[in-house]
Amino acid sequence: MAQPGFPRWAAVLGLVALVAPLAAPNDYWIGVMARICLYATLALGLNIVVGFAGLLDLGYVAFFGIGSYLYTFLASAHFGLHLPFLVTLPIVILLTAGSGILIGAPTLRLAGDYLAIVTLGFGEITYLLLINLDRPVNITGGPSGIVGIDPPAVAGFALSTNTHYYYLFLAALGLTLLASARLRHSRIGWAWQAIREDELAARAMGINTTVAKLQAFAIGASFAGIGGSFLASWQRSVFPENFLFTESINILAMVIVGGMGNLLGVVAGAALLVSLPEVFRDLQRYRLLAFGLMLMVLMVFRPQGLLSFERKESSDD
Amino acid sequence: MADVLAILPQQLVFGLALGTVYGLVALGYTMVYGILFMINFAHGEIFMIGAYVGWWVLALLLQAQAGALHPAWVLPLMLLPAMLFTGALGVGLERFAYRPLYLRGATRLGPLISAIGASIFLQNAVMLTQGARMKVYMTSLLFPRDWRIQIAGASVSALVIVMVAVAGLMMWGLHLLVQRTTLGRSIRAVAEDREMAAIMGVNVRRVIALTFFMGSALGGAGGVLVGLYYTQIDFFMGYSAGLKAFTAAVLGGIGNIRGAMLGGLILGLVESLAVTFMNPAYKDVVAFVLLILVLVIRPTGLLGESVAARAKV
Repeated sequence: MAQPGFPRWAAVLGLVALVAPLAAPNDYWIGVMARICLYATLALGLNIVVGFAGLLDLGYVAFFGIGSYLYTFLASAHFGLHLPFLVTLPIVILLTAGSGILIGAPTLRLAGDYLAIVTLGFGEITYLLLINLDRPVNITGGPSGIVGIDPPAVAGFALSTNTHYYYLFLAALGLTLLASARLRHSRIGWAWQAIREDELAARAMGINTTVAKLQAFAIGASFAGIGGSFLASWQRSVFPENFLFTESINILAMVIVGGMGNLLGVVAGAALLVSLPEVFRDLQRYRLLAFGLMLMVLMVFRPQGLLSFERKESSDD
Repeated sequence: MADVLAILPQQLVFGLALGTVYGLVALGYTMVYGILFMINFAHGEIFMIGAYVGWWVLALLLQAQAGALHPAWVLPLMLLPAMLFTGALGVGLERFAYRPLYLRGATRLGPLISAIGASIFLQNAVMLTQGARMKVYMTSLLFPRDWRIQIAGASVSALVIVMVAVAGLMMWGLHLLVQRTTLGRSIRAVAEDREMAAIMGVNVRRVIALTFFMGSALGGAGGVLVGLYYTQIDFFMGYSAGLKAFTAAVLGGIGNIRGAMLGGLILGLVESLAVTFMNPAYKDVVAFVLLILVLVIRPTGLLGESVAARAKV
């Protein structure tokens, strides 16, 4: 492998993804494929926090929601702002990354389960604010959300079909995948992995764990800013119900099912968890039941995830 | 403002009632955490299933025309099956979803994810078998509405008194059990050092299973009490109640039994104050902000020892 993070299969998979819409039976399935790319981007963002840095974040959906609503504020009739897509997106990414630092900062001293619960608390608070901030001043539209969001338009070309969105989301997935691969073998990436394995030792080796953790939160959140902007512009509407705790768990499950820290695994996890419910559409009622059972069985029999070979189990007793 | 002060005593009574139940459910989290350093995420669902078992017993009693039965008999008849069922469920979860993981010395993330899976599974199992619509506790059979006394401007119903008494008795019983009996000593030994306890002849697996049984049974009892209090239950009630109870456990210092009771009371009272003085929609925001503040300022909770340092993903 000449360059780290650029194995040959990546090029093959990329080519397959490029022509995939041709093989899709109908427009509906192109929509499903677009959603796979969207969720894979989100899962890659969470993977930076959970998989690379080992910080269990149960409230990742907060960043997804913040990104979606920020995009909505800047590009919809809600506040009468209609900024162009290429201006809005960077602003949303930056602000969502900032929210990552804001939410990450109070958790720096916390480890393990405590961190998990505080992030879960932040996720719940974000949801409760989204649903309640329609009074006294209407900011979020409350439970009925906000509709009439601008579709992305670049140089006069407005995206309209699922195929357009698929290619937009695929491009973003490619970029975030590339960024993740490069980050992992960068100085920051090694710092994250050192913290994941042993925080005390990492600090003893001269790693500024505060900065490294905040970087993980900020970069992870910025991916959610991309995902949030995409969701808002694709749905043309946002609702607080899009950002429930179950969504955090869903994204976390993508990371874990595929194999934490393994980029291909994370994408495969997203593809699996988005498409399985579609395949078993008739069994919709039992979807979550099976999902819960699958999480348990997977943890009992293959706790390292489906595609993870690199990280060895370490006992802390 | 005068209006607010007039309803304050009443709100404090609600807060006290709710707080004791939070404390009761929090015990399940704290006992399991104290012994395995694991958040039993499915505990909220165990609480919810307790409420459903209680509902079924009440429905069967009504069907059997047991209206003549003295109310003093009805409550134990609801609590006992609920506690046995949830206790057994807790042991089952421990056996199949958690034990294979902690025996292997897996990382901390594994059991937590497994517990989240169990939580989703149980929630949907109840939804599919019991229906998604809420069920109503027919409490009029139990406590006539005019059974209430006036204390300092607050009207306290018989139900609230019974709730506080039952929850208080159970906590006191658990306290005695952990502090005074051989089993209690084994539990404390396993919490202190699992391997050393095993070397000293403690049957660690049995102690862990019994801890799950007791914690889950108390959670089930909490479910019955909350069902009686709110009179409406649904399959999703375990989620927010579980979060609140966990908050209570962390607030008091997780792993600490007295801390769970204290945390429950504080959380119940803070929530009732939030409802009195603020927009009730932000009741839960106040609870979570409180949790975050406590963890940031005093990561070990109010009465906790330093277990945070041992917590590692």
